[in-house]
Amino acid sequence: MLTMPRNDLLLFLGFAIAVLTMPIWMAPFGAAYPDLLQRFMIYGLFALGFNILFGLTGYLSFGHAAFFGVGSYAAVWSMKLLTIDALPAMIFALIISGIFALAIGYVSLRRSGIYFSILTLAFAQMSYNLAYSVLTPITNGETGLQLNINDPRYLDRMFSAATPSVPSPTMLGLPLTGFTGFYFCAGFLIIAFFIAQRITGSPFGMMLKGIKSNQTRMNYTGFNTRPYTLAAFVISGMYAGLAGSLLAITDPLAGAERMQWTASGEVVLMTILGGAGTLVGPVIGAWLIKYFENIFSAINENMLARFWDFLPDGLDHAAVVVSAKFVGEGWFLTLGLVFVLIVVFLPGGIMEGVRRIASWIDRNRKSTPKSASPKTQPAE
Amino acid sequence: MTLLKRGLSRRRVLQTGLAGIIGTGVAPMIFTKGAWAQEFCNNPTGDTVTFGLNLPLTGAYAEEGADEQKAYELAIKHLNGEGDGGLLNVLQPSALKGNGILGKKVAFVSSDSQTKSDVARAGATRMIERDGAIMITGGSSSGEAIAVQGLCQEMGVIFMAGLTHSNDTTGKDKKRYGFRHFFNAYQSGIGLAPVLGQEYGMDRRAYHLTADYTWGWTQEESIKNATEAMGWNTVAAVRTPLGSTDYSQYLTPILNSGADVLILNHYGLDMVNSLTQAVQFGMRDRQANGKDFQIVTPLISELMAKGAGESVKGIFGTSNWHWNLQDAGTIAFTKSFGAAYGSPPSQAAHTAYVQALLYADAVERAGTFYPPEVIKALEGHEFDGMGNGATLYRAEDHQCIKNVLVVRGNESPTSEFDVLNVVQEVPRETVAYDPAIFGGELGPSEPVPMC
Repeated sequence: MLTMPRNDLLLFLGFAIAVLTMPIWMAPFGAAYPDLLQRFMIYGLFALGFNILFGLTGYLSFGHAAFFGVGSYAAVWSMKLLTIDALPAMIFALIISGIFALAIGYVSLRRSGIYFSILTLAFAQMSYNLAYSVLTPITNGETGLQLNINDPRYLDRMFSAATPSVPSPTMLGLPLTGFTGFYFCAGFLIIAFFIAQRITGSPFGMMLKGIKSNQTRMNYTGFNTRPYTLAAFVISGMYAGLAGSLLAITDPLAGAERMQWTASGEVVLMTILGGAGTLVGPVIGAWLIKYFENIFSAINENMLARFWDFLPDGLDHAAVVVSAKFVGEGWFLTLGLVFVLIVVFLPGGIMEGVRRIASWIDRNRKSTPKSASPKTQPAE
Repeated sequence: MTLLKRGLSRRRVLQTGLAGIIGTGVAPMIFTKGAWAQEFCNNPTGDTVTFGLNLPLTGAYAEEGADEQKAYELAIKHLNGEGDGGLLNVLQPSALKGNGILGKKVAFVSSDSQTKSDVARAGATRMIERDGAIMITGGSSSGEAIAVQGLCQEMGVIFMAGLTHSNDTTGKDKKRYGFRHFFNAYQSGIGLAPVLGQEYGMDRRAYHLTADYTWGWTQEESIKNATEAMGWNTVAAVRTPLGSTDYSQYLTPILNSGADVLILNHYGLDMVNSLTQAVQFGMRDRQANGKDFQIVTPLISELMAKGAGESVKGIFGTSNWHWNLQDAGTIAFTKSFGAAYGSPPSQAAHTAYVQALLYADAVERAGTFYPPEVIKALEGHEFDGMGNGATLYRAEDHQCIKNVLVVRGNESPTSEFDVLNVVQEVPRETVAYDPAIFGGELGPSEPVPMC
């Protein structure tokens, strides 16, 4: 278990530290408030799971938001019916989303390539419509499923009387609000990162990468690839379900919108933006998109006017008018531009940029003698 | 132990461990230590106080959201003593001085809720946690309002709902920290049914198309109950997803359903689309059961009437408020809104403006921003001069009880804004109801939750 290659261990520790110190280094960016940090963790987890399927096997699922939504609904129902505690809600969400992924994966994985993508998209859109209008007794439709004062919560009732107000989710009595909620989610992101890292390095992961590079050849060498792809699909569906349940725990509401195809598309964007197939990339992509969504969309013309204040009169007004198109409601435009630039110039996503910079520094170092590159050193 | 053998020295383990401890243990303290200094969420300590405006600037209700934003900016100007003072001059009784609230200048932050509950909640959380909003207001969909209201109750921040018409907002899902000035579907039903009976007769067969979320459901139920009580039949009630653009698949079955009235429980862009398409289908030129086929839009606003153009002529609905009323409050508001933006305000703008003023007034009367005191000041508060006549903020469910307007699409508009006529002002005694009929519990106001 602990025989990790040194680079992997360093990556893991670096990642864990970067995540846990986020409240500090995110502060200058105006993003160090608990709700957004929780979202960073949750969507990072979602993208990490998506990458297990897309990054390793190359199967592009366009319906991952369905598992995310199912996880949310399962978690809220567990908090309504059983107990307000987070752990049963998460276990319940994992099981339900796993079963759901198994069913959808079993059908969808009979095809590959574009047909697979369309099948998953169709299933996700079906789930969305079911949640939105057909299954309203279970999902409460557009209004979204919320906790109520008079929910039964049978397990809680066995131990204590009902509270006069709507309880908020706890873990073993610890309320999961604010920064506690963030560290709770961060813990799961780090654990999930560790598992994803182990999967990538394992023989199973090698098999998945083999499927990505040439599935036909894998078949000819005698491997039945379908159990492997199905396992990857279920694992990544469960990651999505876990992320969905975390979102429902930190903010106890499950809405149908989070199953919409735009949400599925978003996780694809996150992964490609960060770098599909890398471990850290999808998480960074998720952070970037959530940052744009929450911070850029909140910038209004008053803030811009203050920002461009140093320009001479007239020019500052023009600057405000032009830049206002890219913030506020126009944040999609900015995101789109960033996406286009990255895909055109860095096809491997942000991680490719990082690699290029690293190798550039490496080259510069090599030209000066004496300083040996740490990368070329063997692990022992 | 294998860890150490794989090239990690003890020193490194200690170092990383220490970094982890610092990261996990110290970081949260840095960011929560300030919280203990204040006794409630976002207690304003500086010389400004921040409102959080949660507005749908994209999505089916975007137009209402944009109008609300204008109104809030105007209200904040007036509260700070800029502009012509607007309704500050006519509110009765009023504790407002035109120097901000309790001497603090009013500022605002805003967030686009995209007409989605999830996004609305995320935006509200951001404005509370990061921007220190003392109060959240706005919204143009009941789904949003209910979602944000629940959040505000958890956070201990007062929510002054914008345009929300569902019975649930102050019924089944009412919250101690949530307040609604706008009227609701039940009141629309009571107000509208007698007028419909008078115009269209007592033996009509109605077909409902309903936006599929909390507001649509409760409006369908309320209109159904009110019309069935006077003898109408309901043929069918069909749910349509919020934000649909093509209604032809829902409109075709109506032709052979035996119905002679179509009731559109839609709002915003949905209503503009469904009404226009129904009229294009030739519904209004049809005869059914020997009577002229009619369309009714129980909740309608000037913005939608303007969007639907010709189609809205002669169609009945209800409104919370109309800019063409002749009381001092309406005249003052229409004048200052028109001077600032060049068009008369919509009912969404009006309710947004009034909610901002009522909150400020309640804080002034309470003498503190402490939410439980502000809630007490709002509960059971009786006021006048805001354009709806005498109004009561009912303590039992935080619903404003005031007159309801029955309106009709203007047959011969004199301008692009003159699209609705007020047919009748239903007095507030008629539309008041027992708050217990919808159930729900407000919950406690104290202890104040800390955000």
